[in-house]
Order: sequence, then C-alpha cells, then structure tokens
Amino acid sequence: MNMDLNTIWFVLVGVLIIGYAVLDGFDLGVGALSLFARDKTERDLHVAAIGPVWDGNEVWLLTGGGALFAAFPPVYATVFSGFYLALMLLLVALIARAVSLEFRGLIASERWVRVWDWAFGLGSLLPAILFGVAVGNVLRGVPVGPGPDFAWQGSFLGLLNPYSILVGLVSAVFFVMHGALYLRMKTEGEIAERLGRIALGAYVVFLLLYAAATAATIRGSPFLFQKTSSPLFWALVALLGVALVALPVATRSGKRGLAFTASSATIALMILLAALSAYPVLVPSSLGLEHSLTIYNASSTPRTLGTMLVIALTGVPIMLGYTIWIYRVFKGPVRPGDAYSAGPGLRRVA
Amino acid sequence: MDALLLARLQFAVTVGFHFIFPPISIGLAWMLCIAEYLGWRKQDAVYVQVGRLFGKLLAITFAVGVASGIVMEFQFGTNWAVYSKFVGDIFGAPLAAEGVFAFFLESTFMGLYLFGRGRVSKGVHWFASLMVAVGATLSAFWIIAANSWQQTPAGFVVRNGRAELTSFYEAVFNPSTLPRYFHVVAAALVTGAFVMAGVAAWHVLRDPESLVGRKALKLGVAWGLVFALFEIMPFGHLHAQQVARTQPAKFAAIEGLYASVDAKAPLVVFAVPFRSGGPPPKPALAAPIEVPGLLSWMAFGDFAAPVKGLADFPEDARPPIWLTFVSFHNMVALGLFFLGLMAVASWKLYTGAIYRSRRLLRTLVWSIPLPVLACQLGWVAAEVGRQPWIVYPGVQADGTPFEGLRTAVSHSPTVTAGEIGFSLALFTLVYLALGALWLFLMIRKAKLVPEPAQA
Repeated sequence: MNMDLNTIWFVLVGVLIIGYAVLDGFDLGVGALSLFARDKTERDLHVAAIGPVWDGNEVWLLTGGGALFAAFPPVYATVFSGFYLALMLLLVALIARAVSLEFRGLIASERWVRVWDWAFGLGSLLPAILFGVAVGNVLRGVPVGPGPDFAWQGSFLGLLNPYSILVGLVSAVFFVMHGALYLRMKTEGEIAERLGRIALGAYVVFLLLYAAATAATIRGSPFLFQKTSSPLFWALVALLGVALVALPVATRSGKRGLAFTASSATIALMILLAALSAYPVLVPSSLGLEHSLTIYNASSTPRTLGTMLVIALTGVPIMLGYTIWIYRVFKGPVRPGDAYSAGPGLRRVA
Repeated sequence: MDALLLARLQFAVTVGFHFIFPPISIGLAWMLCIAEYLGWRKQDAVYVQVGRLFGKLLAITFAVGVASGIVMEFQFGTNWAVYSKFVGDIFGAPLAAEGVFAFFLESTFMGLYLFGRGRVSKGVHWFASLMVAVGATLSAFWIIAANSWQQTPAGFVVRNGRAELTSFYEAVFNPSTLPRYFHVVAAALVTGAFVMAGVAAWHVLRDPESLVGRKALKLGVAWGLVFALFEIMPFGHLHAQQVARTQPAKFAAIEGLYASVDAKAPLVVFAVPFRSGGPPPKPALAAPIEVPGLLSWMAFGDFAAPVKGLADFPEDARPPIWLTFVSFHNMVALGLFFLGLMAVASWKLYTGAIYRSRRLLRTLVWSIPLPVLACQLGWVAAEVGRQPWIVYPGVQADGTPFEGLRTAVSHSPTVTAGEIGFSLALFTLVYLALGALWLFLMIRKAKLVPEPAQA
C-alpha cells in the first residue's frame, strides 16, 4: 500500500462512510426502535434523543456522496445509476424520516403524531436495511463492463440477491443495537434497562448473522481474502474481536458510554476490514475482476485530489470541533418535552 | 416518452421543488439573525418572540429543503451518468466543499438554534442563528459555483474524454459565478424579507397593536426595500451584462432578439412571443413595446453597440426562445414590483400610516409567495437559456475552443424510461404531498400569536 493521493482519498471516503455509519447509524437505530416503543411518551423520548443532532449526522452522507463524486466520479456515476430504483427508495425513506422528525411535534393531535411516528420508524428502518443491501452488492461485485465506460449490465431485481439481503439484515440488526446503546445513554430508569436487554438480544442475533455473512463472503467473493498475509489485516481482526467482546461486557455491567464506544468501534472496524480487503478496488465487477473500478482507473486527476485534500484538511477539523461542542451542549438524559423544539410561548388564535 | 425527456423532466421537477425552499431559508435565517441580535442586545423580549415565531417557519422550511436537497445531489449520478463522468474532476469538488464548509455548519447549528434556547447563553444562541445564516449562504456559493461552471466553464482542459481541472480557483470563480451568486443571494434576502413583512402584516391586520407584528413589519419592510434595490441595481444588472458577454445566445433569447442588430438594439419591455413564417418556423414577437438603443446601452454601456440575435447562431445551438423570454421578463417585472411595493411600504412606515393602511398590509400578505415565484422564473431563464448544452461552449485553459457538452447525450444510458417514469411519478406524488403539508404547516404556524412577553 503506497500512500499516494488516490490511497489517501480511498481512506478519506472510508472515514466519511464510517462517520455516517457511527453517527446517523444510531439515528436510524433509534428510529427503527421507536416502532417498538410502548407509548407516545416513549416515542417522544426517541425523538428528543436525536432531535438536535440527526440533521448534522445526515450531512455525513451528503458529504460522502460529494467526496465520492469528486474523487472517484465513475464510481459515483456507475453505481448510482446502476442502483437507480434502490436509491430512489432510499431517498423516499430519508425524506420521510427528515420531515417526520420536524413535523410530528407541530400539531397536538394524536392521529397526526401517530402518522409521523410511523413515517419516522419506517423511514429509519428501510435505510438501515438498504445500506446493508448496497454494501452486500458491492462486496459481491456488480455487473459492470470494461472501463472507461464501466457500462452497467444488471437489473433492479438482481440487487435483491440472498447474499445482499443477508448483509442488509446484518446492518439493520447492527443499527438497532447501536441505536439502543445510544438511547440508553440518553434515558433513565426502566426504559434504559429495557434498552440494555434489547441491545444484548440484538447483539446475539447480529453475531450469528455476521458469522453467516462472513462465511458467505468467503464462498462468494474469494478475491476479498487476498490480504490475509498482511499483519494489518490480522491487527484489524484482533481489534474487532476486542470490540465484540467489550460490547456485551460493558453493556451488562452498565458502562453505557463504553458500550456505545465498543459498538461504534465495531462498525468502524467492520468497514475498515472490508475496505482493506478490497483495496485498491472500489467496486469489483462480477463480469470479470479485470473490469473492476479501482482507485486508479476510476479516479479524478491528481490536481483535483490534491485540491480536495486541502479542502478536507481545513474544513473537517473545524467541523469536528463544533460538532463535538454541540454534542456536549446536549449531553445527558432527555425528557419527553424536549421533543418539541421551540417550546412553549406560542398560542393559536382564530 | 424517451428516457432523455423523462430524465430532464425529473431534473426540472426535483430542482424546481427544491428551489422553493433554500431562498426562504437563506433569507429568513438572516432576518432571524437580525431579530435575535436585537432581542439579545436590547434585552427586548418582543424580538425574542419574533425569533420564536419565525424560527418555527425556518425549521419547517429547512426540513423540507434538506429532504428535497438530498435527491438533488444523488440525481447527477443516477440520471446523468455520462455528464457526471465527464465533469466529475471539476463538478464534484464544489459539492463536497459545500458539505464540509457549509452544510455541516448550517445543520449542526440549526440543532443548537432550535433546541438550545435556555440551554446556552443568549449570546451563544444568537451566534447559532448567525452560523445558520452563514452556513446557508456559503452553501449557496458552492452550488452556484458548480452550476456556473456549467454556464461558463473555465480552468479546465478536455483530456482522456473528460474535463480535467487545471485551476481550481478559475473553475470556482469562473466568469459567471460572482454575478450569479450575488444575484441569487439578494433574491433570497428579498424572499426572507417578504416572508417576514407579509406574516407581520397579517398580525397587524388582526391586531393593530400587536407588538410582534409591528416590530417584524418594520424589519421586513426596511430590509426588504434595501434588498429589493440591491437585487436590481447593481446585482441584476451586472448579471445581465455578464450573460451578454459570455452567453450571447442565451442573452438573445431572454431579451427576445431574433435578428442581429448592428447598433441601437431595442430593449423589449413587453411582447408576446410566438412562432411564425414557413418552414423552418421563426420565433417572432407580437405587440412589442420597445425602447430603441436601450438594450445596447444596458448590455455594453454604449447605445451604438451591436447585439447578436438568435438567427446568428446555428439552429442546433439556440435555446428555446419562448420559455426563456417569458420567464425572464416576468422575473424582471416582479423584481420591479418588489421595489415599488417596498418603497411605498417604507414611506408609510416612516410616516407611521402603514399600521392603518389595510390595503397595503393585505398586499404584503398576498405578496409572500411572489419572490419564490420570481426565483423559479429566474432559474428557468438561467437553465433553459443554457440549452441545448449541459456544459456551455467556451474556451479551455490552453486557449483552444471547447465545443460544449450537449444535454441530449449526457443522461444515464443504462437507466430505462420505465424506471425514470416510475420514480418520477413516485417523487411527484411525494413532492405534492410534501408541498401541501409544508404550506399547511407554514400558514398554521405563521398565525400563531406569541404569549405576552416576559422580559
């Protein structure tokens, strides 16, 4: 692995994906969990827990999309047009989630809130599955022909193969666990304890599904396992092992922050491991690995990559600074009333 | 219908819907920033109430804007794969920069602004509103820079079948970026001021003693006059001059000039454009009202300057004249109306008569949607006027001419008409529902009356 600009951008796109998975991942998980909340008060807590931060978290996806467009345009163009209908579904779901979070508190009618709660829950659950399905399809290889056109030769239904659905389940269960661990930090009492139990249950299911997905990957995508002689590969595996052990231990012993950190490390390491295994391939082709999009045959020019690096190095530290600050402002448990942004002070007339 | 037409239709629907919201967000964010500043520095609880009232409206608009904006960013890849591959080396960077420099700022501080009242000091809370406004305005810069590169590409050479960057600075600050950016931001500020003035006018109509209504009205009208003036002079004028210099075919279309004029080109103030003559049909203007020489002077500062007409361009390099002409002229008419309305309102505000001028107040209320309409018309003129190019012809960095990239060859070859048709129908339904909900909530929330102020 030589540290050229292409590799740096491979890493940076990876970092953006990890940032999105860790941050909006818990939003999606909390949203999916809200489908199983017991009453409106509990759902208010779900919304309040992510209310001030979900919007900033979603920007990681937009920035990741922009970075992919800028650094590896053929990947952005080929994959996005290839995944056309799946992406459109994803967008509808994300729209539903975004507006439901803002709209649900605006009218104090039970039916109004209920409708938006459904939109919030389903609008979170669907992306949690679809992101995994997308990752599954990429890991499995997508039907692209030779460059520089990388013509797509697949169909929408081809995206719904058993392997990718399995990876979709892995991601959905993971995000539910991740969301439960986050929400547990923001709540107190009975619901917090229940979330701990939910997280542990989800953990077991996740572990089984992840093992099955790994086995299926070894069978279906042997080309991803050519780095097994690299010490970095095994270092990441070892770290993932540590995170996977620490997660249930910390959850059981009530160390909420540590449990959430372990969960964040788990998703980060899973992504890193997949990225390292694929490197320097970005999107393998199922029509012959020689057609794969790599960080070299699908990249922008060194000038653009260099300019983008300057943008990232100036902008990202500032962004991380205020993001961390705002998380600290909203630290601590939430109350159901926090779900309503502008608070009291306005009344209806006429 | 073929995939190309559907892809274009989908683009128009997506951007058209999205572009309802950012001008309101940008403008309202600055109006709020002013109100919150006054509330904080003057310890004036009425301005805090103004902040609460309009903060709600901003939150609703921002949510729909974000939701529709994501679709925008993904659409280049899904629907315009050929275009995305051709311009990726240049076009992606501003989009990524928008995320890093602007959108994170806006979204993160929006959370603090909406949920932070009482949690952070008043100064920090005001700072959050400032960062929302700054973020939204910066956001517009990167998007306009990217779109302007399509209009007047610069800082690139065509190599390896794509546009490759030679200078990021020249690409971002291409000839049309700044004229268009100032024009768009001024339009957004007009939009925000009209929302504030109109909503305030409703409150004053309901209760002439409403303090919140009176103070918001003052802010909206006074700033509205300033912004409406700037929008036309200098920013609208400068932008038109830039179009005349850099995109002569587009200029001829928006001004309704079919045949070239060697000197004293007339400014068409009003006309009905239609097609006439035998094959090939020529566009023509009926019942025109023209001012001789004015167009030459406005475009080039010289009554004697020649102006090229559409007929001077090959037929396959002409934008549609009808849509461009009509949208441009209606936009200009609206811009002049905004200036006139705000001038009258400012005068009556100065004399104090505005609070009893029910007709004027009612006009302000009903004028709320007009700046949004003007923004849409301006966008139609800009984008339809760019046709038939997705990237306008120009000059490469090494001095050789660039022949342009045609819209007709830029869509995704692998996405079928059926797929686009399905998603277009789906999104049209989603947008109609969202638009209706947004309108319903905006009207409902705009009519909320703040509780009596507690200092």
